[in-house]
Amino acid sequence: MGISKLASKFVSFDMIMFGLHKHLIITRARFPEFARKMAERDLVAQVMIHQEKSGYWFEFRGGKVRLSKGVHERPDVTLGFRDRRTARDLLIPPFDWSEQIHAQKMFRLTMNGRPDDTAWFQRLLIRSTTIGERYGQDRPGGEVRYVNNNNGGPVFVDVKDGRIVRMTPVVLRDDDAKSWTITARGRKFTPPRRAAIASHALCMKSRVYSEDRIMYPMKRVDFDPHGERNAGNRGVSGHERISWDEALAIVAGEIVRCRTQSGPGSIGTLISAHHLWGNVGYHLSAAHRFWNLIGHTYIEHNPESWEGWFWGAMHHWGHSTRAGAGDPYGLVEDCLQNAEMIVFWSSDPEATGGCYAGTEGSIRRQWAKELGIEFVHIDPYFNHTAQVLGGKWIAPRPGTSNALALAIAFVWIDEGLYDRDYVERVTTGFDEWKVHIMGEDGTAPKTPEWAEVECGVEAHVIRALARKWGKSRTYLGAGGWGNSVGSANRQSTGVQWARSMVCLAAMQGMGKAGSNMGNLQFGTPIDYTFYFPGYVEGGISGDLEYTASAVSNYQRMPHLMTVNSVKQRIPRLKLADAILDGRCEGNVMAVDSVTGQFEKHIYPAEGYAPVEMLYRYGSSYTATIGDSNRLIEAFRSPRLKFIVNQSIWKNNETVFADVILPACTNYERWDIGEWANPGALVFHAQSQLNHRVVAMQHKCIEPVGESRSDYEIFFALSKKLGLSDYYSEGMTEYDWVKRVYESSDMPKVMPWRKFLKRGYYVVPPDSEDARVPTAYSWFANEEKKNVPDATPVASEYNTEWLKGLQTQSGRFEFVPETLRRNPPEVDRPAVNTYQRGWEGYWDEERRRKYPLQMIAPHPRYSFHTMGDGTDSFLSEIEDHRVWVDGWPYTKMRIHPEDAEARAIADRALVRVANDRGGLVCAAQVTARIRKGTVHVYESSSLYRSAGEPGKSVDLGGGANQVSSGRMQVRNSHAGAGNSILVEVENWNGKAGFE
Amino acid sequence: MTKWNMVLDVDRCNNCRNCFLSVLDEYAENEHTGYSAPILRKGAHLMEIDTHERGSGQDLDVTYVPVTCNHCDDAPCMKAAEKGAVYKRRDGIVIIDPVKSKGQKQIAKACPFGRVYWNEELQIPQIWTFDAHLLDQGWERPRMADACPTLAIETVKCSDAEMESRAQRENLRTLQPELGTKPRIYYRNLDRIFENFVTGSVLVKSGDTLDIVEGAEVVLRRNERKTIETKTDFFGDFKFTGLSCEPTEIEIEVRHDGKTGSRRMTLARSGRVDPFILEA
Repeated sequence: MGISKLASKFVSFDMIMFGLHKHLIITRARFPEFARKMAERDLVAQVMIHQEKSGYWFEFRGGKVRLSKGVHERPDVTLGFRDRRTARDLLIPPFDWSEQIHAQKMFRLTMNGRPDDTAWFQRLLIRSTTIGERYGQDRPGGEVRYVNNNNGGPVFVDVKDGRIVRMTPVVLRDDDAKSWTITARGRKFTPPRRAAIASHALCMKSRVYSEDRIMYPMKRVDFDPHGERNAGNRGVSGHERISWDEALAIVAGEIVRCRTQSGPGSIGTLISAHHLWGNVGYHLSAAHRFWNLIGHTYIEHNPESWEGWFWGAMHHWGHSTRAGAGDPYGLVEDCLQNAEMIVFWSSDPEATGGCYAGTEGSIRRQWAKELGIEFVHIDPYFNHTAQVLGGKWIAPRPGTSNALALAIAFVWIDEGLYDRDYVERVTTGFDEWKVHIMGEDGTAPKTPEWAEVECGVEAHVIRALARKWGKSRTYLGAGGWGNSVGSANRQSTGVQWARSMVCLAAMQGMGKAGSNMGNLQFGTPIDYTFYFPGYVEGGISGDLEYTASAVSNYQRMPHLMTVNSVKQRIPRLKLADAILDGRCEGNVMAVDSVTGQFEKHIYPAEGYAPVEMLYRYGSSYTATIGDSNRLIEAFRSPRLKFIVNQSIWKNNETVFADVILPACTNYERWDIGEWANPGALVFHAQSQLNHRVVAMQHKCIEPVGESRSDYEIFFALSKKLGLSDYYSEGMTEYDWVKRVYESSDMPKVMPWRKFLKRGYYVVPPDSEDARVPTAYSWFANEEKKNVPDATPVASEYNTEWLKGLQTQSGRFEFVPETLRRNPPEVDRPAVNTYQRGWEGYWDEERRRKYPLQMIAPHPRYSFHTMGDGTDSFLSEIEDHRVWVDGWPYTKMRIHPEDAEARAIADRALVRVANDRGGLVCAAQVTARIRKGTVHVYESSSLYRSAGEPGKSVDLGGGANQVSSGRMQVRNSHAGAGNSILVEVENWNGKAGFE
Repeated sequence: MTKWNMVLDVDRCNNCRNCFLSVLDEYAENEHTGYSAPILRKGAHLMEIDTHERGSGQDLDVTYVPVTCNHCDDAPCMKAAEKGAVYKRRDGIVIIDPVKSKGQKQIAKACPFGRVYWNEELQIPQIWTFDAHLLDQGWERPRMADACPTLAIETVKCSDAEMESRAQRENLRTLQPELGTKPRIYYRNLDRIFENFVTGSVLVKSGDTLDIVEGAEVVLRRNERKTIETKTDFFGDFKFTGLSCEPTEIEIEVRHDGKTGSRRMTLARSGRVDPFILEA
């Protein structure tokens, strides 16, 4: 930058123009690709100095470029600078993006012309600075090795003749950073030097070359935007191929129609929670940028998977920015060194891999096994963590875990097996909760015998567990992360369960050596200070309101801000209500404070029109939202005049779209991203990894079929809407990738060209004697927070900045003041009690018809819907899907006695149904599931109706066919996908579920 | 001469399927000229992971056993082949020539492990080739070993004598050694699928309350076999492993604080005996 500034003092504007002209000529001569690009268009581009009304113009004609001094009469493109100095400062590379952006905001830098022309000219100039940059490693047999990244880890991608040959986990080289070592109980543990990735990453080649790829734009055959729309035929009438021009014209036309007839609030935008990896292409990046430019009613996320923690545990211990999950720091080392037991409670990290972390945690749990740490697994299903680690398996009835938790607290109080000193020093409200536990408030004492009736676990087993736990240094691994998520928290009783989990941890002195929340999934000794942006930081969105861009990304990568002027929102889980009933409300997923969650969004918001167009991005909601048949009814409603679906594969809801836009995968476009780094919400999620890996996401192949990257689809639409200069800033994805790189700490450790060529960088870990302290050790010692977490925000520390938890008192609150302060909530009282949920074994009337409880945990091999269906290799895994008569049915696990009572054989097709819907599955008869309970992984990416959509059984196996759309507690936006009663029978081939 | 072997530790396998997917990714729709023809995308499982469930309820025990071509030194498929369609490389790897083997279904049928896949479309028998095409390009190990997160898959290149002594030293075994095919794929901790276990618990009753007994002595007696002893753990549970899969007469005796209980039974399958309840 210094040289550039110096140069601009001596280099005149005229010299820059001559230089640029020569540069274009030389680049054209050197690079045929550039020559071809220059020949794409004939036009005149004026570079104007406005204050002097003078300048130069470039004439592109027949692939050649000519420079003339002066002002052209009718230029196609005008690149304007206020004065010569501005032009000099902005035109000499390397570019200072802060100055570039600022000059545009101050109108010192302007661009005029038809969008197609301005875009072409800008991209040509920028390409002239990047062409010739090389990437990929040559391999034997004419293959080239690229790098890419996934939700499940980084991969090498070997390509030959434009086709992907293989994807294989990144293996570290000797010149990559050294690995960390943990010394525990006389042994040293160092992780393998490779990326342990997930099955849903390893199957990606099959999904790139998938029969279910959308190969070209399509339109529903009986949809006419200027005539009959036939909304009721969605899902039935089929689609026909159309051109990109026609597709874009319809979508842009509908956007304009909605905006001019009803205002931008009538456009609803609907995205899935996850996306293919990469900071540029992520939905919070490119999609938000585009949608903010047109204005939209955002269909807002709920804290999906964090329900009980967000709406429950958060009130006891804070962590609003983590959606109620705990801090991860130092947990792996402390657990291996000091813990005597790990209690996995609704926790199957071997199956779910935390979040984005592939199978990185598996080796660490093997070390725990080698060290002789005791394991207890509490889960109605004999899960994969229990299978591989061994230990005690306790299988409570689904939804009753809080009874078990309260009984454990009872034994601890009764026998003096909790940390009284800790409870007195750093907590509040314990005595009040204790009165309830001991039954001194007129309720039954929460004895193990009392709990046995509820949860079905024998009282002596509960007592044995409580005593061992109370006498041992124990890690409570609650949920798959150890301190969050878990099937038990996606239950009608999820809020109370998660609350009790943190209370039990506090009773045992959480933060003292060997006593904490974790399951070796989070908290490796990596470097937490190296900055690379995570996707929640909004990428290129410029969205300072809905993403975490304002925290670091917006300053580090200056780019044009975007603002969604529409304040109306629809809570995601209430989408069907919004469409079919025309109104709904839901609590806000606020992350900056604990009390923010009491605010409600009411739809329609005052002053806004209802949503009549849906911009659907991805298409898997029927797999993740309760009572999915009602959602299907909404998709088929004439109240929705237009649905566009931008998607890579034909997934659950693609069939309900009027226009389908084919997007491409991350292997077919440029991107960049750090493994397992979402940024905010799961801040420092890289602590699940054995090595931090920043990956260049090379464009490995050309887009399959006529598909395009999401960024380019939005770019094409933005050209039709006259927004393309704003949307793109003249950048291609490749240019944005470079800007993301520049915004991070990467340039300090590896030059761009080396990173581009090599494809990844391993961040060296902290030295062994200077690692971050263990989470909550500061709290146990009544010190200031000393882990590298900038949250909670300052105003949420009520005693002193950095002192205490994010609660009103700053202490751990057994009875939270934030729940006491508001009008008493019957279903979420301040004193956490065991309340029987809805739709569980308690519901005797419903059980007469639907006698089996069903759980629908997060799936093992796919990442929610990602990797499922879509002609994926995962369909070849028997534990995932079973092929019967040419169709891959999802599995339903049933206890041998329940199967025998219904004459159900292993692998038989069965109908799992209740009054809401039904799914057809292949049965697996196994003692791994508790009697009286069946198990189907949620998140089918296939919807195949056996008859009329929304009114028939689903052969795709969507578990939410039978789940309720009800919220866990009234004041929440919390689904309960594990509170289900069903009946199961051999399928007779009929379409109905009643 | 060093040759390839593989050691699979079933205690470390949790069925994550990374090995299985690596094989699919490497062979499905990929031609490796001179080594293998593309396998079909669906149903062509050159490797599989078998599931073995033992016991039930709280004592359930599930073992996953990855199985693939054993690259036998005395391979039945090689004997069944005509025109030299199946051959053994100097490094121990068995290759089925994708051209010469055309139409030779007997090669697939000859495998006693069922690990030679018959490609109905191409009319050829196919196996997992130990990724020979990659090893020949300089890869250090087959892909499945790189993909395994728990280091359950170890590939070993050594002399046959070294491998034999290692197998003895570390109690490694092959599948069905009695067939005499001399597999090159070894297993660690495989015994658990060939053995029975018996579990139970020792409880004490005082009034209406049942509680577990930790540290109770438990003895298992079998006719003419060695007596085994153990103690109950913090759940009051005991477990005897390594028992014969044949129906066996056993006697279990428990002792604690001068109180005893005992029971005789025929053990045919892994499982749990009713709890021993001692009066307080």
